[in-house]
Amino acid sequence: MELFWLAISTIVIGVFGCVAWFWGSNMVLDAIYPPRGENAGDNIRRANQVRPWLFLGPALLFLGLYLVYPVIDSLWRSLHNADGSRFVGGSNYSWLLGDGKFRESMRNNMLWLLVVPALSTFFGLIAAQLTDRIKWGNIGKSLIFMPMAISFVGAGVIWKFIYEYRAPDETQIGLLNWIVTKLGGDPQIWLTLLPWNNFFLMIVLVWIQTGFAMVILSAALRGIPEETIEAAILDGASPMQVFMKIKVPQIMGTIAVVWTTITIVVLKVFDIVFVMTNGQWGTQVLANLMYDWMFRGSPDYGRGSAIAIVLMILVTPIMVWNIRNARKEVR
Amino acid sequence: MADLKLTDIAKSYGDVQVLKNIDLDIKSGEFIVFVGPSGCGKSTLLRMIAGLERITGGELQIGGQVMNDIPPSQRGIAMVFQSYALYPHMTVRDNMAFALKIAGQSKDQIQQATDRAGKMLQLTPYLDRLPKALSGGQRQRVAIGRAIVRDPQVYLFDEPLSNLDAALRVATRIEIAQLKASMPDRTMIYVTHDQTEAMTLADRIVVLAGGGIAQVGAPLELYERPVNEFVAQFIGSPAMNLLPGKVKTVGQMTTVALDGGLEAQVAIPTRPGDEGMSVNLGVRPEDMRETDGTPVFEGKVDLTEALGEVTLLYFGTDEDVVPVTAKLPGIHPGLNGRTIRLTADPEALHLFHNGNSLLYRDGVDLPPYQPRTNRPSGSVGGEHGASAMPSEAGDAHDGRIDGGLIKPEGPVR
Repeated sequence: MELFWLAISTIVIGVFGCVAWFWGSNMVLDAIYPPRGENAGDNIRRANQVRPWLFLGPALLFLGLYLVYPVIDSLWRSLHNADGSRFVGGSNYSWLLGDGKFRESMRNNMLWLLVVPALSTFFGLIAAQLTDRIKWGNIGKSLIFMPMAISFVGAGVIWKFIYEYRAPDETQIGLLNWIVTKLGGDPQIWLTLLPWNNFFLMIVLVWIQTGFAMVILSAALRGIPEETIEAAILDGASPMQVFMKIKVPQIMGTIAVVWTTITIVVLKVFDIVFVMTNGQWGTQVLANLMYDWMFRGSPDYGRGSAIAIVLMILVTPIMVWNIRNARKEVR
Repeated sequence: MADLKLTDIAKSYGDVQVLKNIDLDIKSGEFIVFVGPSGCGKSTLLRMIAGLERITGGELQIGGQVMNDIPPSQRGIAMVFQSYALYPHMTVRDNMAFALKIAGQSKDQIQQATDRAGKMLQLTPYLDRLPKALSGGQRQRVAIGRAIVRDPQVYLFDEPLSNLDAALRVATRIEIAQLKASMPDRTMIYVTHDQTEAMTLADRIVVLAGGGIAQVGAPLELYERPVNEFVAQFIGSPAMNLLPGKVKTVGQMTTVALDGGLEAQVAIPTRPGDEGMSVNLGVRPEDMRETDGTPVFEGKVDLTEALGEVTLLYFGTDEDVVPVTAKLPGIHPGLNGRTIRLTADPEALHLFHNGNSLLYRDGVDLPPYQPRTNRPSGSVGGEHGASAMPSEAGDAHDGRIDGGLIKPEGPVR
């Protein structure tokens, strides 16, 4: 009960705090530069120069506190030793280059980067096109979208059960092994099976992200003018040609946005690997490696931060491109 | 050959019947215009011919071949859409070439066809541009070009000018007329709600109403010999006035006693026994002319609209009577609030009984339609013409030229 009241009061303070800030600060501003009297014109002009900062202020403050400061601190830590007591220059980074686990993580991240956005966008596009055409399409859409509502950790747990292994003489409780044994095969410890275990992990993210891609692409497909499709039909195009030559090119911008958005999610992938293999058996990824060095065993903040910085540098250009593309779409 | 034969064509969406009993023969090389009010099914009919809508009843033949179940691309037709429907991601050339590429034509053939269409439509400088870099008129020309390169037997136009501004609409209309003239053996079917387009472009107009064909005929035939009140009021602007009355005397000339006490002579024959039959007298606003003899209509002008070329007079807009509109040539200031008397030629009048023209009674075969050429203009002090009561026309005439009842109170052209 105490927790409940705590939560309620947090919400109330938050909401009313915001209202109080915007209302109060604007009142103060109007008191300093009253929009009346003989200097009304000048006062309004001055007040208008200040006012945007009143609205932007809180956002800038919190962005600085929770985004800019951590980045700078990470950079600082990445140049220092394990507990931050001694400046070590670029030695954390040179250590990264020689570290086998780091190279494995980089390789795996690149694999994820190639496979997951491509498959998610592809399946999403197919699902969007097909569900638009059939009567029970909306139910199909809901089912495909459902995994979006599951947290990555939850999805990891679900799929861990799908890949679950039991000895051949026991009852198979993992779906995949059950199918394999029913078909006469031997049960496999799927998550230790190099190099396929990486792909088994990727399927989880594809399963989640296909719904996202489908919803966005379905909206884009519906935005295509019906007449251009009819004109193509009159021009003799087959349904496949209409799809590939008329529809897809018209939603290329949206496809790019979907693709890059999923790419960013992929680069940050952590939970799925953490839950299912914790980076063992050759499935390590950058985010999980960073977590290992930061918080596990005897923490090394220097190396952990260096990995974080590498991750950030990888994400940034895609992020910039994505935002540019999304803006272009809006226009 | 590309003659079309529509036999008992019908369209329904579930239980809702949109079109029924559509019978129409279109000869090869004809320019046919479908007109009708919104929702009359004219676009649906065109889309059924195109193959974009399924035909739910009857038979469609193009060039003697039943087309009901033939896919659109194999019907020998091309369509121009109201929204242009250009492929936004393709250049003008690629837009026009798309159908040819799908058909697997060689690069040279495609190049030739697009070059020719580009030249024909003055699009050569724009061939490598994307549609978004073109003006509305240019986009519409690309849409037409896309039809031309396929060299179809039948061109279908679905309100192609509706998205253009007024000046461009006139220019493009003339271009379409020229296009048709350059391809005399190609059939064109054109859907519009714009009367001017219908009247100027069509060899024959098909007026659609209430899910069926109201009348088919040459533009002026529909104007002068409308089969019913709907066609009479739909063709011509402002719409034809309908004045209720009863037949008084019958014969080659019919006398109608109008409600309100006036009388009119109409050059439409009636038969003995028709006396007392309730009719609507149809008179077009532009056929009305001011008179000091016995008028067909007399009333107080409620409102005038001076368009320069003509002046529109509105009567009975604020009263509980049949509203009447008259269109007088030239400028007539100061008519507001004045009572004036109007008449029209007996030959220019129409008679309707229960909504249908008495001209077409009992399926009487009319002589082939010949446009009236010596129609007197309905002007104030216009050419000599019979008034409602011919006997009085003569005296009335001279008096009106000098000291007409409508005295100008300002400069008159």
